[in-house]
Amino acid sequence: MSSGTLYDKVWDLHRVTELPGGATQLFVGLHLIHEVTSPQAFSAIEEKGLKVRCPKNTIATVDHIVPTINQSRPFEDSLAEEMLLTLEANCKKHGIKFFGIGSGSQGIVHVIAPELGLTQPGMTIACGDSHTSTHGAFGAIAFGIGTSQVRDVLASQTLAMTKLKVRRIWLNGKLSDGVFAKDLILHVIRLLGVKAGVGYAYEFAGPAIELLSMEERMTICNMAIEGGARCGYINPDSTTFRYLKGRINAPSKIKWKDAVNWWLSLASDQLAVFDDEVKIDASSIAPTVTWGITPGQGISIEEQLPTIDSLDPNERPIAKEAFAYMKLKPGSSISGLPVDVCFIGSCTNGRLSDLQAAAKILKGKKIASGVKAFVVPGSEKVAKDAEKEGLDIIFRSAGFEWRKPGCSMCLAMNPDKLSGAEISASSSNRNFKGRQGSSTGRTLLMSPSMVAAAAIKGEVNDVRKMLKTN
Amino acid sequence: MNPEPSFPLGIITQIRGKCIVMRGSDIDTDRIIPARFLKCVSFQALGEAVFADDRTQLKGEHPFDLSKNQNASILIVNENFGCGSSREHAPQALLRWGIRAIIGQSFAEIFYGNCLALGIPCVTTTEADILQIQNTINNDSNENWSLNLTELKLKNPYRSWDIKMNQGPLEMLISGNWDITSQLLNNDKKITDTIKKVPYLNNFIPIK
Ligand code: SF4
Repeated sequence: MSSGTLYDKVWDLHRVTELPGGATQLFVGLHLIHEVTSPQAFSAIEEKGLKVRCPKNTIATVDHIVPTINQSRPFEDSLAEEMLLTLEANCKKHGIKFFGIGSGSQGIVHVIAPELGLTQPGMTIACGDSHTSTHGAFGAIAFGIGTSQVRDVLASQTLAMTKLKVRRIWLNGKLSDGVFAKDLILHVIRLLGVKAGVGYAYEFAGPAIELLSMEERMTICNMAIEGGARCGYINPDSTTFRYLKGRINAPSKIKWKDAVNWWLSLASDQLAVFDDEVKIDASSIAPTVTWGITPGQGISIEEQLPTIDSLDPNERPIAKEAFAYMKLKPGSSISGLPVDVCFIGSCTNGRLSDLQAAAKILKGKKIASGVKAFVVPGSEKVAKDAEKEGLDIIFRSAGFEWRKPGCSMCLAMNPDKLSGAEISASSSNRNFKGRQGSSTGRTLLMSPSMVAAAAIKGEVNDVRKMLKTN
Repeated sequence: MNPEPSFPLGIITQIRGKCIVMRGSDIDTDRIIPARFLKCVSFQALGEAVFADDRTQLKGEHPFDLSKNQNASILIVNENFGCGSSREHAPQALLRWGIRAIIGQSFAEIFYGNCLALGIPCVTTTEADILQIQNTINNDSNENWSLNLTELKLKNPYRSWDIKMNQGPLEMLISGNWDITSQLLNNDKKITDTIKKVPYLNNFIPIK
């Protein structure tokens, strides 16, 4: 059993009591809600005559269903409009802060909470969305919950949880040029598999992690869930504090020192005990792309697709299914595969630094003809900051569309969808069958820079070559 | 789909009925309920949309469309069922189609918890037993099965198989305590005590 890890410390602090069924009742410091998983939860508490226990610790925004071209109300899609109206009404009724469209702070829930300084080390953070693990980048214990748990948190600000084991993933070395946090996490998931994290929290640590910016750390923790780990985290350090300082909800000047001292005390101890540990060399990672239908089916841009025989027998059935669905040939090369759609956005890679990295590749270039490419900033603030730097102009002159913030084609609950068997190069996090809005649509996950490179050539290619010619 | 299914309530020790086999590992929540069906403010209509894309592709040959499987309540799956997103729409869709218990080799964690919160037990057994159970259902009959949680057995009229479930969730179901909200609310005073000791809700005043 783990001890002395950040996970243990935060868990102990938030433990309310043990429940008869053997689970722990855990206090939730920050509850984030959005339009998709909250309406039924609100109805459930109302049916029972309950109130929201801690409305001040609950924050709402709208992200999944928002259109990215025309956001004027009412939305064209009446179902989407109904979801937003329901959320607005619920927030008003229960006194919950809501960041709506045009507030300046609307965006993907996992982008705005850090941006607003709401996400802080040592918190427990829950949200009815599996990518809540993102907030672990700050040294918070953050996890996705289902609608009935959203109901529980609304009603009691607590949850019934079972403690996870902790696996430390130690990353040595440093990422080379043209290789990003996205490549790192795709590589980790490829090595460990999409199930290895079930029952675990992942602590990402080591020299390669310490060098990452907060936004890169968020990319890493965001995809912990794709490795099966319900939560992933990184110990807070000076990078974390620098990011937080001065943000609107961060501790004030007078409290700052006490806050930092407390945060530092939460980091996993030198002698912390982990349930498991793996070590991975980050310096040898190349740009990584998924070719299949799970985020674990990734390869480096230099490699050929696996052959069935070369795979572990357990992986063969899903690989066969992936080859059939993706219409790809075992042993063929991923480099040179034509793409139809290029999407930059999502809570994995829709932040300012992601847009900067992609714009760097696109500057002065044009995307290949026939490719449809669009950028969906992760939040209104990301959009504004990017526009201030002129990134929108770089994207537009390259042939990208510059859209309004939201989840968009990460899961295609809004009008942004693949059609038929189109292939997308996508900076999002899931390549499941049908994920991007067409039941035969195909998704290749990669870093925003790699998406930019794919857009320029109209096919998957190694972004590092473009860096050299820049 | 079941006509007006009655939902799980109180103590759950036994689920009887027809079985339905859904083969394949890593069946994710996007397949169980494709994302475009999530645009709803109530769960009511989800039952019809369960496995929508797979069913369209199989044109009536999907297990959830076969006439012999209509009104089935026990779903038999393989490994890592329910992986993917945390959305509760997936178990809700299964529930509203009529599923009341799931037996598999393993389950994704969030999906498992979401099922439990709806009163749907997810029980496990070995790969070999799953295959045997699936073959028995498909080759012989899917009628008259029962899942007994107190005996931890799955039975048909001719034989039975051992099944497993973790003690915690098992006790919640057989004591009728899977409705967790009321349990949590019972400890309101302790919740208040916890709020008082969490530094970030108390001005980060150093703990003595
Ligand atoms: S961007 Fe994608 S993964 Fe992130 S919250 Fe939105 S839908 Fe979920």
